[in-house]
Amino acid sequence: MKNLKIFLAIVFSTMTIVSTAQNNAGLKLPQGFKATLFADTIGSARHIAITSNGVVFAKLMYPNKAGKSIIRLEDKNNDGVADKISGWGKYGGTGIFVKGKSLYATSNTGVFLYQLNDNDEVIDTSAPKTIVKGLIDRNQHESKSITLDGQGNIYVNIGAYSNACQEKDRMPGSKGMMPCPILDSAGGIWKFDGQKENQVYGDGIRYATGLRNVVGLDWNRQTNSLFVTQHGRDQLNSFYPKLYTADQNAELPAETMYEMKQGDNAGWPYVYYDPYQKKKIVSPEYGGDGIKEGGENAIDPTAFFPAHMAPNALLFYTGNQFPEKYKNGAFIAFHGSWNRAPLPQEGYFVAFVPFKNGKPNGEWEIFANGFSGLTGDEKVKNPRNAKARPCGLAQGPDGSLYVSDDNKGAIFKISYAK
Amino acid sequence: MNYRRILILCFLMGGFAINAAAQDLVKGKQLYETRCLVCHQADGGGVPNMNAPLDGASNVVGTDIARLVRIIKKGYSERVALDGFYYGNAMTANPDLKDVDIANILSYIRTSWTNKASTITAAQVKAAGSKK
Ligand code: HEC
Repeated sequence: MKNLKIFLAIVFSTMTIVSTAQNNAGLKLPQGFKATLFADTIGSARHIAITSNGVVFAKLMYPNKAGKSIIRLEDKNNDGVADKISGWGKYGGTGIFVKGKSLYATSNTGVFLYQLNDNDEVIDTSAPKTIVKGLIDRNQHESKSITLDGQGNIYVNIGAYSNACQEKDRMPGSKGMMPCPILDSAGGIWKFDGQKENQVYGDGIRYATGLRNVVGLDWNRQTNSLFVTQHGRDQLNSFYPKLYTADQNAELPAETMYEMKQGDNAGWPYVYYDPYQKKKIVSPEYGGDGIKEGGENAIDPTAFFPAHMAPNALLFYTGNQFPEKYKNGAFIAFHGSWNRAPLPQEGYFVAFVPFKNGKPNGEWEIFANGFSGLTGDEKVKNPRNAKARPCGLAQGPDGSLYVSDDNKGAIFKISYAK
Repeated sequence: MNYRRILILCFLMGGFAINAAAQDLVKGKQLYETRCLVCHQADGGGVPNMNAPLDGASNVVGTDIARLVRIIKKGYSERVALDGFYYGNAMTANPDLKDVDIANILSYIRTSWTNKASTITAAQVKAAGSKK
């Protein structure tokens, strides 16, 4: 009898595990939300974009096994799973953006523009217009993320090819360069015309600076301004063990979100943001001691998050499908940390920051979790064991939220079922 | 010469050799934990697209010791395909490490996780270093 009970308990518990996995593609979501595995193993899917007809485009970091680097996905029978998938392109990259019938995609050095037809198929995959070219790519922070404003201007992140602008990058004891010469051509957001062909640095403007590496950015239509999420610096403790313990290193500096107006400076490499002191602290490469404040000319973050979680996508929700609290709030895809050892890794989830009148309104929260494939509250210890790593976000025409993964190449579709 | 003596001597020497090797790996592990683990991780698995794995890496268990020594001393950021994948981060240089330290680290990473290659001596590191 007792055995039977145990047996039944096991049967039921496995049944619920299986069914939640099937219903929500393995994700943990707030009450009332459901998810489907829209696509799987398409390649290292970085950012995604969705047309007004619901066609999804994904930019791959490297060409996939079939040699394609931009993937088009369509869900013809509308069951939450892509059933028509094709691809083209040979260049790896991160950025992709759709505006009407214009599809923008980035390599690590430029921006290309494809024209879509009425069915949102690319008219000529072999002949995109080159919109921007010649941007710096020195391996580190090489990906170019993009977004457009309402005026047809394109904003391109050009990450700094450095951790903290040392004379010798990541060399213990090497000093920070003053002024940091990297900022002339990287470490910020550049603004270009969205239609003009063959633009180079000189044709655009450095819209905002002092950003080590931005992967997530979005134009907020309510405030009519640009918001970005920055990847903070790392290795404070490996280079300055006298100033920072390993545990402090795991929690410093904060990952940050900024509203960037033209000419704004977020302070990298001279300062970093300390989430405990809630201050901009002078980097040790520039004479800081972990306490000294700096960055008088730099702006403060709009919101901040635990260190090293790698905010890889930012999306302001403008749909009508999700409950009211999500309207105009920010979703952030946290790729997941790798440099918090000896502490467990963090991130590997999609977070939500409620907004009101263009400002954060309350604490951030985890919206979708479980991408790593680990059960319960188990944390990722070794990044290679994480099944999926959230990297891109896009909103479908019906208000569903799509999340891409650049590890195995999954796309999740999250909807609210009233 | 007494055969028994030679035998005992052999045993002793063998014991020392094993002992010395074991010590090297402990030191190698310590150095790995303070200098390499942050990027290459406790399981040697690295971080996809970011930091190369050392566990199961053909170069790490391979025979080009000079290349491994150079990478550890000078750092590494060439973005070439390593077993078919690319890694975007820049590896820190370790100009202050002595040959014996590098030998210990190399011995550790070549024999840890699923890696089963030979250990490396300081003399090998020295020879490799002078090759350039
Ligand atoms: C800041 C992060 C970082 C640290 C710290 C680091 N590495 Fe690396 N390592 C890398 C990256 C990134 C690569 C690949 C670089 C590339 O492909 O251009 C790499 C490559 C290697 C390789 C070559 C692997 C192959 O398949 O050829 C070896 C060997 C290696 N590292 C050993 C070490 C050792 C030993 C240490 C500690 C003394 C160490 N690394 C510390 C990031 C790091």
